[in-house]
Amino acid sequence: MSKFIKLKKGFDINLAGKAEKKIVEVEQPETFAYKPSSFHGILRPKLKVKEGDTVKAGTPILFDKKNDKVLHVAPVSGEIVEIRRGEKRKILEVVILADKSIEYETFDKYTVSDINGLSRENIVDQMLGSGVWPNLVQRPYGVIADPSETPKAIFISAFDTHPLAPDYSLIFKGQDQYFQAGIDILKKLTPGAVHVNVNGDAEVSPMFAHAKNIELNKFSGPHPVGNVGVQIHHLDPINKGDVVWTVNPYGVIQIGKLFLEGKYDASRVIAVAGSEVKNPQYYKTFTGASIKRFVEGNLSNDHVRFVSGNALTGSKIAADGHLGFHDSLLTVLPEGDQYELFGWIKPTTQKLSFQRAFGLLSFLFPKKEYALDTNVKGEPRAFVQTGVFEKVTPMDVLPTYLLKAILAEDFDDMEALGIYEIIEEDLALCEFVDVSKHDVQDIVREGLNLMRYS
Amino acid sequence: MKFLREALDKVKPHFEKGGKWEKFYYIYEAHDTLLFAPNHTTNSKGVQIRDAMDMKRLMMTVIIAMIPCLLFGIYNVGYQHFMAIGQPEAGFGDMVLVGLIQVVPILVVSYAVGLGTEFAFSVIRQHPINEGFLVTGMLIPLVMPPDIPLWQVALATIFAVIIAKEAFGGTGMNILNVALTARAFLYFAYPSQISGDVWTYIGEANKAVQGFTGATPLALGAETVESGKNVVASLSAYGSGWSDGIYEFSNMFFGFMPGSIGETSALMCLIGAFILIFTGVGSWKVMISVVAGAFGMGLLLNGLAVNEFMAMPAHYHLVIGGLAFGTVYMATDPVTASQTETGKWIYGLMIGMLTVVIRVFNPAYPEGIMLAILFMNVFAPLIDHYVVIANKKRRLQRATV
Repeated sequence: MSKFIKLKKGFDINLAGKAEKKIVEVEQPETFAYKPSSFHGILRPKLKVKEGDTVKAGTPILFDKKNDKVLHVAPVSGEIVEIRRGEKRKILEVVILADKSIEYETFDKYTVSDINGLSRENIVDQMLGSGVWPNLVQRPYGVIADPSETPKAIFISAFDTHPLAPDYSLIFKGQDQYFQAGIDILKKLTPGAVHVNVNGDAEVSPMFAHAKNIELNKFSGPHPVGNVGVQIHHLDPINKGDVVWTVNPYGVIQIGKLFLEGKYDASRVIAVAGSEVKNPQYYKTFTGASIKRFVEGNLSNDHVRFVSGNALTGSKIAADGHLGFHDSLLTVLPEGDQYELFGWIKPTTQKLSFQRAFGLLSFLFPKKEYALDTNVKGEPRAFVQTGVFEKVTPMDVLPTYLLKAILAEDFDDMEALGIYEIIEEDLALCEFVDVSKHDVQDIVREGLNLMRYS
Repeated sequence: MKFLREALDKVKPHFEKGGKWEKFYYIYEAHDTLLFAPNHTTNSKGVQIRDAMDMKRLMMTVIIAMIPCLLFGIYNVGYQHFMAIGQPEAGFGDMVLVGLIQVVPILVVSYAVGLGTEFAFSVIRQHPINEGFLVTGMLIPLVMPPDIPLWQVALATIFAVIIAKEAFGGTGMNILNVALTARAFLYFAYPSQISGDVWTYIGEANKAVQGFTGATPLALGAETVESGKNVVASLSAYGSGWSDGIYEFSNMFFGFMPGSIGETSALMCLIGAFILIFTGVGSWKVMISVVAGAFGMGLLLNGLAVNEFMAMPAHYHLVIGGLAFGTVYMATDPVTASQTETGKWIYGLMIGMLTVVIRVFNPAYPEGIMLAILFMNVFAPLIDHYVVIANKKRRLQRATV
């Protein structure tokens, strides 16, 4: 049943400042944060803690009143020092001042053979209460999985093709047994298959290649081939009424650790990369780390943008901001808020383009690494050019028509054109290449929200 | 260049909200962004980096692709002028000079009037000035006869910009190709200045040579329906004594013949096509399918020929009239063409076929490409509609299995 799928459409964005393959130990950041904005679909977050409380790693700090079984927990132990709120008192960050040595909440612990005897109910309860559940993302909509649903299948993308993406074989090194335990747990949640999709163009790390209880599929091609949404489309597409779950390997490992060791372990290896980083490399830390310690004295330019996640789908954060729940990458890009004389027509080899219009010479240097800034490089316009979105979307989806259906709030068309099959990241390349500079990912989310809540 | 930026920044507040020229903000913005690529940065969520391609560069690429046609057109207007008045010994410089005198005013009027209309609309409707007119403003002169009255150019441009574009909401929303609308407007409103003997600039002080009738190859072809003469033979015979072999196949391919300013040379259009296809700005699918449609229809008519025009060799259709120009620059307009990849094939084939059908069967409109493209512009959304339905059906079928 394993498949080998080759895709041709897409575009690899080759950015300068790739992280060197070594994991550096530094003093841990002082603060860690939990950010509800890392997830879609948290409607009414309710805090379980207040400033001054002390928590352990795995202590519940927040839940969604609309989905109250899913607990969101502290990644590290320490004191809640600040609850940062935005407009209308929206909770932005719950900041924890970390202890020097982390204390863990204790959860039930099982041996590998115990896991096989566990009931679905036991598993779900333990996952919900311990903070690992939010790793499960439900399609359609890309929201935290609903524990009352049973997914058709579970999909895991075992590689990341985004610009400057961390190398999974490095950041998950030595976690094989936890990964396998995580898979065994997930297998109990679905009557269907657990698909692990690996990169067909590279050596597959034994953690994935030797995993049991899975369907191993190989994918090859340019970005977005590593996006789980694209992979689902080619393996077992989502139709109306289907529910599937996705989880990244980090989540699988965290789930495995929870059951084997009885603790919520939010330790992770992150990559700090980008053209403005002096020493792009990997660091060992915990989820939600403050980036301050990793960037201080490590920048070659101080007019930069810090991005939690990658340059296509990430979010801008402050210099003392914190990484998001799902992010194992901090991208540092030069800020592009400067005017450029005749910038719209000057021939250039310094700017990357998917296209070859007059003066865009990047196609001559396919191997070159680009230091791209955050300038929009153009102005917003109506849709004019056609056929380009299709070239970067390796799915049988018509992006322009889908986007227009969303803008027109045409529910029937959105559904018929396949909105259930995509989330923002799947059309992120469309946003990158768009001549008319639409906020494609915002539009997609708007459409998903319309479908979900109305 | 810092002083330029400072000067712009100094006047900017007057155009912003609350400033005294607030209404004219988009006119200011158009000039500012023409000089300086703006300093806008990406949103805090979503893509943090953007592709270097923007609308201005896209449109400029099309304009660059039209330059060979424009330059050749300027020369050819002069060349045809001296051939027609019987002075083939005139120098290259003279020919270019005559061409410039005829063409530059048309170009200036087209741009000035068109951009003026655009500016007016940006003020009235408060929308940014779109780059689309940069291309339209160049296309309009290239599809005009060299001797067209300037007021007609102005009128046609205003009509096209308002009715074909702004009424629909501006570039990206229009249904009909703007430049072709301008030409169609003149064709039906002032037929005497844009059909018949207008394709060569003679000048009031001069007299055409003996044998000059001003007939285009298409007109000669249409005559053979009545006369029963062989098309190729009568094309070869034309021009004898004052411009030998003017309608030989190779001469028409290079473009040394009367016609609209920019459309006579299939060779220059091929260069333009190469630029557009190489840069990815023009759809090769549309271009190939238009040519295939025209050639295929030509062959079909050859097989069914009941008159001499139908029997004209199919490859002649590709070099006479405006087929090459229309294929490369008009049919490929991304806004008015089919927007789906499958649709582009159908759209192009239909344009090619219809062009030849109109040419051969409807002598009232000797040039078919203009009407064929406008007609298919109207049908493009319908073609797309069915392509989109096919996509939806595939998705539904998948769900039931």
